Amino acid sequence: MRAFPILGAAFSIPMKINLKIKRFNPETDKKPHWETYTVEVEPTDRVLDALHEIKWNQDGTLALRRSCAHGVCGSDAMRINGRNMLACKVLIQNIAKDGDTVTVEPILGLPVIKDLIVDMEPFFAHYRAVMPYLVNNDPLPENGRERLQSPADRERYDDTTKCILCAACTTSCPSFWARGEYVGPAAIVQAHRFIFDSRDQAAQQRLEILSAQDGVWRCRTVFNCTEACPRGIQVTKAIGEVKEALRTGIIQ
Amino acid sequence: MPQYHQFDALVVGAGGAGLMAALYASKSVNTAVISKLYPTRSHTGTAQGGISAALGNLEEDKWEWHAYDTIKGGDFLCDQDAVDIMCREAIDAVIDLEHMGLPFDRTPDGKISQRRFGGHTNNETKKPVMRACHAADRTGHMILQTLYQNCIKNNVKFFDEFQVIDVLIEDGKCNGVVAVQLATGEIHVFHSKATLIATGGFGKMWKVTSNAHSLTGDLPAAVLRRGLPLEDMEFFQFHPTGVYKLGILLSEAARGEGAVFINDKGERFMERYMPTLKDLAPRDICSRCIYTEIREGRGIGGKDYVYLDFRPEQINKYFEADGNPKRIDAHYLETRLPDIIEFARVYQGIDPIKEPVPIQPTAHYAMGGIPTDNDARVLADETGRIVEGLYAAGEVACVSVHGANRLGTNSLVDLVVFGKRGGIAMAEYCKQASFRPINRDAAAKEGAAQLDRIRNNNGNERPHAIRKEMQAVMDDKVGVYRTGAGLEEAIDKIHELQARYKRIRIDDKGFKWNTDLMEAWELGALLDLAEVTAFAALARTESRGGHYREDYPNRDDVNFLKHSMAWKNGTITLKYKPVRITRIQPQERKY
Repeated sequence: MRAFPILGAAFSIPMKINLKIKRFNPETDKKPHWETYTVEVEPTDRVLDALHEIKWNQDGTLALRRSCAHGVCGSDAMRINGRNMLACKVLIQNIAKDGDTVTVEPILGLPVIKDLIVDMEPFFAHYRAVMPYLVNNDPLPENGRERLQSPADRERYDDTTKCILCAACTTSCPSFWARGEYVGPAAIVQAHRFIFDSRDQAAQQRLEILSAQDGVWRCRTVFNCTEACPRGIQVTKAIGEVKEALRTGIIQ
Repeated sequence: MPQYHQFDALVVGAGGAGLMAALYASKSVNTAVISKLYPTRSHTGTAQGGISAALGNLEEDKWEWHAYDTIKGGDFLCDQDAVDIMCREAIDAVIDLEHMGLPFDRTPDGKISQRRFGGHTNNETKKPVMRACHAADRTGHMILQTLYQNCIKNNVKFFDEFQVIDVLIEDGKCNGVVAVQLATGEIHVFHSKATLIATGGFGKMWKVTSNAHSLTGDLPAAVLRRGLPLEDMEFFQFHPTGVYKLGILLSEAARGEGAVFINDKGERFMERYMPTLKDLAPRDICSRCIYTEIREGRGIGGKDYVYLDFRPEQINKYFEADGNPKRIDAHYLETRLPDIIEFARVYQGIDPIKEPVPIQPTAHYAMGGIPTDNDARVLADETGRIVEGLYAAGEVACVSVHGANRLGTNSLVDLVVFGKRGGIAMAEYCKQASFRPINRDAAAKEGAAQLDRIRNNNGNERPHAIRKEMQAVMDDKVGVYRTGAGLEEAIDKIHELQARYKRIRIDDKGFKWNTDLMEAWELGALLDLAEVTAFAALARTESRGGHYREDYPNRDDVNFLKHSMAWKNGTITLKYKPVRITRIQPQERKY
């Protein structure tokens, strides 16, 4: 007698899909163009596997960033069928059937360098602008041990500690597309992570930064960011909490 | 035009060890970090379960117990003075991380929360002890973020997306590195007094691996080509719980929270092999037991995987059987192990709360690497001679604190403790040393020539075909179980692949973001490391920790209680050096 069912079907039946990829080579092209590749994949393959299949067996010139390949490092955010996703975290079977075409483009709102690779520097500049680090000028505990924090206080900012800085949220935001100077959802998420940490003492400075012209008020509550976040962070909610803190002057 | 930079201290790699070193070195000397990824992409960020330190926040614990567990877990190949340093300094290092802002989970009284992990015990009762400090199951993510945040706070200088391809070594001294800026393809020469290598592991020589695509051993291969040795390369850890076929890691924290291995008969088979620690036995042992089950026909459906079962009612059943009064529910698991539960849901379409998860061992961690002393200074040979100006820390280094098998959580302990020690040692060195002259034009030219050879090579071999065959033979012959004949076959195959590598052809002939070129370059590094690994494994005719020889199934302390050192000068030369044993004499390893 078998104790468990055998895992089988989920790992079989290859399928053919077309990947329509927006290409740009800065050394030869004046503007981007589309190229379509046909690849055989398993339904449970990731979009990243399909891109690798092209890169490794059909056209080595295809350029993309990737590293951990399981949704933790944040390298491979791209626009897949018109929505921001991590290529390593979306399975083919969830977005395509046999014979379908999947479009892949670089994330929007940041300058394209080559193919799916964009210039991340403006994104990280916004990140650095919100003081993304703990500030606490009190003397350290005299017993040489950790600062205490209650489980409830720790839970208060848990959601925004998950951010991997992949830029999927910021580059899905119409306000950011319209104005690149807007700090964007990811930077606000990072600020939130410290503003609501009971150990931190620089909330007022961060709130001042975020109340400036290109701060949190550029958010029009479109919710694209929340939909795009591969970590499931309630981004729009976090932005709302920062707005509320600015409105009321109360951080809770 | 090649560009030239000068810094007192350079750090190559921006994971936990590199950032820790940079934080401490930059306090007093001009420091820069070079990384082929944005720092927050580094593989430290994927570490899940925890970082051990004998804080004793939930039950009695001592750093001496942590040290004993580490040495026993390492099958007595650890250098014991180094282990003592690591386990003693782990306590302050974890507290230091909390002070920097790391959001550890908390106990009800607000202290850092701790949980059980494989091989970590109360030395008196022999039972598992709660030693792993955690932030859900993304402890590594929090460490990486916290260290990067503090680097920004302290204005540390970064060269992001610069890939190092050569280390400048002259007369046994290191004077910097040569790197290519990925965005432009330009060569940059970095001239330094001190250089610390912290580029992590090189698991991409295997196919089924938890390692990121970027873990290709660039720097160990570079120092090997510059005539320096690598230590204990035959010891590579296969983590028992990789997602079936993909190799993505499911943290040992799952078993720390009560999950168990189950075979095709529904049996909790670890009880048979390791009656005391059971599913929390060290990783090398669990991986071998899984393969034994599979070989004896008790893999699921006769196939090459078993189940990791963490359904709450099953966990509670086993708690009860073990006399553990603890009971958990689905909400508890979702809070403690959110990421790995999500991995199973996304990549396997399985809900671990309701179904057992198919797993297989996955190539995970290099115990070996660039030999160093306890201050991260790189060693030139088996006598302990120092390479002046060169340092290494973290997974890429071999101190050796992990010996023949690393205990879970100790990678994070290693990188914060020795990253810090390396940073401090570099700064002290830089204050009294001066820049040695270098020939920057020759260095740049040589670096460019390395890449041009690949870019312009007019062969007929696709790099990916070679990579695939290397990974297949490493999975097959240089995995959990090894034999002399299999290793010889692997070496022949790697030699064949190295010959074919000389005839590769890449598609992208450009300079800007040429990832075709860099992947081909990385393949050359992996082939060299695969060759060294198989050679060292063939020479070690015993079984110890992560290195298991079916033709020599016993540990042989008379002949092999020693570290290997491998040089590559055309062919591989092996030498050995003794293990430093201080307090704990080798004994049989039972759990």
